[in-house]
Amino acid sequence: MKSLQELNAIRDKMKNASQNRQQGSDDTIRVVVGMATCGIAAGARPVLNAFVEEVAKRNLSNVVVSQTGCIGMCKFEPIVEVFVPNKEKVTYIKVTPEKVARIVTEHIVNQKPVTEYIKIN
Amino acid sequence: MVRSYILVCGGTGCTSNHSGEIINALNAELKAQHLDEEVKVVMTGCFGLCAKGPIMVVYPEGAFYHSVTVEDVKEIVSEHLLKGRIVKRLLHTEDTTNEKVLSLNDTEFLKKQVRVALYNCGVIDPENIEEYIGREGYQALGKVLTEMKPVDVIETIKASGLRGRGGGGFPTGKKWEFAYNQKNDQKYVCCNADEGDPGAFMDRSVLEGDPHSVVEAMAIAGYAIGANKGYVYIRAEYPIAVKRLQKAINDARAYGLIGKNIFNTGFDFDLEIRLGAGAFVCGEETALMTSVEGKRGEPRVRPPFPAVKGLYGKPTILNNVETYANVPHIIRKGADWFASMGTEKSKGTKVFAVGGKIVNTGLVEIPMGTTLREIIYDIGGGIKNGKKFKAAQTGGPSGGCIPEQHLDVPIDYDNLIAIGSMMGSGGMIIMDEDNCMVDIAKFFLEFVVDESCGKCTPCRVGTKRLLEILTKVTNGEAELADIDRMEEISHYLQDNALCALGKTACNPVISTLRYFRDEYIEHIVNKRCPAGVCKGLTKIVIDKDKCIGCGICKKNCPVNAISGEIKQPHVIDPEVCVKCGLCITKCPKGAISRR
Repeated sequence: MKSLQELNAIRDKMKNASQNRQQGSDDTIRVVVGMATCGIAAGARPVLNAFVEEVAKRNLSNVVVSQTGCIGMCKFEPIVEVFVPNKEKVTYIKVTPEKVARIVTEHIVNQKPVTEYIKIN
Repeated sequence: MVRSYILVCGGTGCTSNHSGEIINALNAELKAQHLDEEVKVVMTGCFGLCAKGPIMVVYPEGAFYHSVTVEDVKEIVSEHLLKGRIVKRLLHTEDTTNEKVLSLNDTEFLKKQVRVALYNCGVIDPENIEEYIGREGYQALGKVLTEMKPVDVIETIKASGLRGRGGGGFPTGKKWEFAYNQKNDQKYVCCNADEGDPGAFMDRSVLEGDPHSVVEAMAIAGYAIGANKGYVYIRAEYPIAVKRLQKAINDARAYGLIGKNIFNTGFDFDLEIRLGAGAFVCGEETALMTSVEGKRGEPRVRPPFPAVKGLYGKPTILNNVETYANVPHIIRKGADWFASMGTEKSKGTKVFAVGGKIVNTGLVEIPMGTTLREIIYDIGGGIKNGKKFKAAQTGGPSGGCIPEQHLDVPIDYDNLIAIGSMMGSGGMIIMDEDNCMVDIAKFFLEFVVDESCGKCTPCRVGTKRLLEILTKVTNGEAELADIDRMEEISHYLQDNALCALGKTACNPVISTLRYFRDEYIEHIVNKRCPAGVCKGLTKIVIDKDKCIGCGICKKNCPVNAISGEIKQPHVIDPEVCVKCGLCITKCPKGAISRR
């Protein structure tokens, strides 16, 4: 290594790894994916991974993606809950990996929940 | 893409509790569940709560699991990592509220701590240089080499108020300045990792958990004083620390962060490890450097100080591991930030290895000025088994005992000296009512007698005489005049021993005499050990009225000192009894006691 730029490049590459190893503070947005048997069977795992990737891609430092057990409405799985501090929780149903990018862009970045993914038809 | 990290402690404490096997089991189980792409297991340094090891933290939830066994691994993977359900039974229970706590950061143990020297311990994989870089590692070195002149570095360290963490508390910046002002074509930077105080493991934990911080700081020190060669003197008894430090040095060299022409600035710096063979005296700076040179580790007279004439007769600075671990943070965040923590004359934080009769044995980093009471009762969880606190021993064999009346003294270098102890390297042993203070003094004197290098007479003979008198006291053979004799020898030692270890070797005696003189008098006059520790003064007796004559004590006695017929009260022959106390633990009726 011959320059600070190279050092900074490694630092930025590793930032994500160390970020995932910290606990969120009070202003952290939490994305929680239901990962009980019903959720996994309905395809929650690719959804969870899609969220992790999307958040990393956009370098969002204030977002934590984690999982939880059964949310209780198994027929609507995969279910994803988004907790923005000081706002009401938003529950997305029947989420697919394709829907993830829009939820991240519109809800998490621009603070506008994607209403069409919330509706129960 | 990794969505979850499992951090498993790989410090010496948890490793000896099989954390290595847990890591293997986790990896195998994750693979079996096809989670190995999403979940990564990282071996880290010490989390601090060694009493509860092996320790594991699962992110992003931050779930803190303790006392984990290999058998628990399957459940952790299938419940937490597959289904997202926290394994509640492995969470920490707060002693005060009896409630389960999810995260390590929310425990009473960690709430009052501030982690500077231990910033990366328990967060990064110490064997992975990129993880250190990811946490701003080597940025301080880059800043120093590209933006600062050596004098600026020294001024920053001076302004921060950083003092030597090895015990003496000498201002680090001043030490560097002395070496900087020496005109010489060869200078050296040394690191003292010969942590010898009984019960101390701060430096070991820093080297095990964050070895690169020491490598980076030594390179910074080299630039500041104009040295291009460094030595780390570390005890061979720390195999994990040695291995990780060696890997850190190799990796730093491979990445070009030490070696020739660092960051293209023309600055060269390289490091080597020297292993110590476990002599306590080699923690003394002049003895350490003599040992690095390959000679027998004995101290020499100062001055000349090492900054003038040190290793191989060249100007040398020697700092302790923890001192170095603070340096990159000071450079990065500024002297003002560091100076904002602590008391007027002692800035920053201090790491303590807390052990003995305390609930949360482990590694604690607190801002200077925290009281002993906060360390013991808030962070440490109080005394084990609800017993009463008697004293805290700080500073190892060179330190002293702090009694209950000084529990609220804010801890810093000067306050500890004023109450007859010293900061030392950070070992802190908590004692309760079951500890005999004469016995404690005797323990430390035995240690010093073993470790005295023998070069100067005051230490070689004086400590031996002190130990002989202490042994007389614990056997009930001493007279009151012996107390005066001990004080006389102690003061002679303080004035005449060659090195700091000899000068302070009498401190355990002086401080226990200062605060617990009545215990000495009780031993001497009434031939009684109030704590029931000194075997020469205690008698084990069977209460005739409580004894049911079951014969269990008789069966278990290793020296056949107990006699008696079945269903008749038994008796102990004091001439034969070795006072091992086994019968006390075996008696079903609690009829046997120490008097």
